[in-house]
Amino acid sequence: MIDKTTLWIVIVGLGIGTYLIRLSFLGLIGGRELPEWVLRHLRYTAVAVMPGLIAPLIMWPSATGGHTDPARLVAAVAAFAIGMWRKSVVGAVLGGMITLYAVQYLLT
Amino acid sequence: MTSNTLKSVFWSGFRDGSPFILVAVPFALLFGVISIDAGLDLVETMTMSALVVAGAAQFTAISLMLDHAPTFIVLLTALAVNLRLAMYSAALVPHLGKTPFWLRALMAYFMVDQAFAVAFKKFEEQPAMSQAHKIAYYFGCLTPIVPLWYVFSYVGAVAGQKIPAELSLDFAIPICFIALTAPMMRSLPHFVAALVSVAATLALIWVPYNLGLIIAAILAMIAGAQVELWLKRRAAHD
Repeated sequence: MIDKTTLWIVIVGLGIGTYLIRLSFLGLIGGRELPEWVLRHLRYTAVAVMPGLIAPLIMWPSATGGHTDPARLVAAVAAFAIGMWRKSVVGAVLGGMITLYAVQYLLT
Repeated sequence: MTSNTLKSVFWSGFRDGSPFILVAVPFALLFGVISIDAGLDLVETMTMSALVVAGAAQFTAISLMLDHAPTFIVLLTALAVNLRLAMYSAALVPHLGKTPFWLRALMAYFMVDQAFAVAFKKFEEQPAMSQAHKIAYYFGCLTPIVPLWYVFSYVGAVAGQKIPAELSLDFAIPICFIALTAPMMRSLPHFVAALVSVAATLALIWVPYNLGLIIAAILAMIAGAQVELWLKRRAAHD
């Protein structure tokens, strides 16, 4: 369970913080240009955070007590392959979940 | 300039933004479902969607809170996911930087990936567009996307209350992230950044307070930037 105080701090903090990021240059800093090296790093923020966030969830899922689960590994690979190939978020989610159920069924 | 042409520019933005409904709707639905599954109620889910308006960061925050990461780390990591918005903000300055502040403040709130991408492409292709037309086009792009974000977060949350636990939905969060990240592998630097991110997080899993993820993200950004530079240098040599 998520603690309610933590949750509200995060909701409000993330809301304000995200807004300030959006407003940053457009609203406050104005015409100043970002140096090229900063832009070059910002381009990769999303791909730098998100894969790392999920890697442990896939390797050591809490639902299986932290033990690596072949069904979840295969499902993750399937979702990634479909996502890269079809460029489709829905396709990847459905493909991944269906693979998970299929492998769970085959292994039990 | 007549209001008529402003209207037509708005609608052309609306048309160009519309295909991304197909991205926003399922993503919003998934957020609603997962948020309820994580124990948030309807009000909390909707407040988050309305205040943050950034799916990837919302997923990140929920996932880390479920993992009982310290509040500070949750905020830091989720905000790191949103740092790309600073890049959008900077990119829009040459085009929209001279509009009245209240309009810029409003445009900032509605700055989402797909609408930005469509509008920025248009502004770069047609730099001669007037300021008023650019504003109309920008709002046109986001109109088919952002309202649906709220609506389908709500639909997902209501539907999520009815989904049984046996469906292994614990795994829906990682799967959603994979689904979001996979189409981002547009180029070699993106791919390398993702690989470094995964490898470094797994290697740094022992670091307390989920700080390993932050360190891994910094390493991954550097890796992506360096590969990009390397590719550029190589292209310059040919």
